Amino acid sequence: MGGNSPCASCKLLRRRCAKDCIFAPYFPSDDPHKFAIVHKVFGASNVSKMLQELPVHQRADAVSSLVYEANARVRDPVYGCVGAISFLQNQVSQLQMQLAVAQAEMLCIQMQQDPIMPTPQIEEVDPDHKPSLLQNNLPHQYLNFASSSNVRESFFGHDMVS
Amino acid sequence: MSNSSRCAACKSLRRKCPQDCVLAPYFPSNNPQRFSWVHKIFGASNIAKMLQQLPVELRGEAADCMAMEAYLRVENPVYGSVGIIYQYQQQIIEVQNEIIKINGEIAVYNALLQHQQLQQHQDSFFSTDNDFNL
Repeated sequence: MGGNSPCASCKLLRRRCAKDCIFAPYFPSDDPHKFAIVHKVFGASNVSKMLQELPVHQRADAVSSLVYEANARVRDPVYGCVGAISFLQNQVSQLQMQLAVAQAEMLCIQMQQDPIMPTPQIEEVDPDHKPSLLQNNLPHQYLNFASSSNVRESFFGHDMVS
Repeated sequence: MSNSSRCAACKSLRRKCPQDCVLAPYFPSNNPQRFSWVHKIFGASNIAKMLQQLPVELRGEAADCMAMEAYLRVENPVYGSVGIIYQYQQQIIEVQNEIIKINGEIAVYNALLQHQQLQQHQDSFFSTDNDFNL
């Protein structure tokens, strides 16, 4: 951020870059593509409004995530970031199954062992119980994003054209 | 088109809803919140532009995904959907580590079991009345 050189945003928007320009700290002039992509997807005024609503110490992270989302949407104009979320959800489901299989195998070994074998601390396999490390803050609706009709009703229109 | 059949987008923008309104199929009037999310984050004209650039058969999915992203950004103004991605990535690492740990324990148990069986076999072999001249 030089003394008089406009930031990437003001360069693109062809306006004077004020001293208190909200974009300047996050969109330096040496990376014009970063602002261009965010402007293309979200629009400069929306980004400005979003940043203004955040405390200063959170704005850098917000800009990074907006740039990530904008890039994802340009790469995949249909699914954007949601494509990645769906993919990761499937990965988590598959790993959960693998974990359940491994835990079941461990339980079988325990049950077959005679008392001289040390008994490891392992929770019993309960078909209705998800491993506790997966029951974190992630809301249930995101876990079932791909298939839950409840989620789809909230987010998606009833007149979906597919 | 009468006022009562305007889509959520045109209602929100207080304009007439034409027959060929790009947004109408994806932002029905019975779900105004869905449009308010996308309007707040992407802006109506950006959404219309992005949908227009897609073949019609893909616009429904695209609108749904944009609505989801907008909602996630409204809920988490700093990280949006990237926050969810990060959480899933962390979960994957945790579960993978758990699987590795349990597989390791299984391997140890199997090794101990084999050793135990071998021991038992040797014990039964040497405890017979066989007379060996050593």
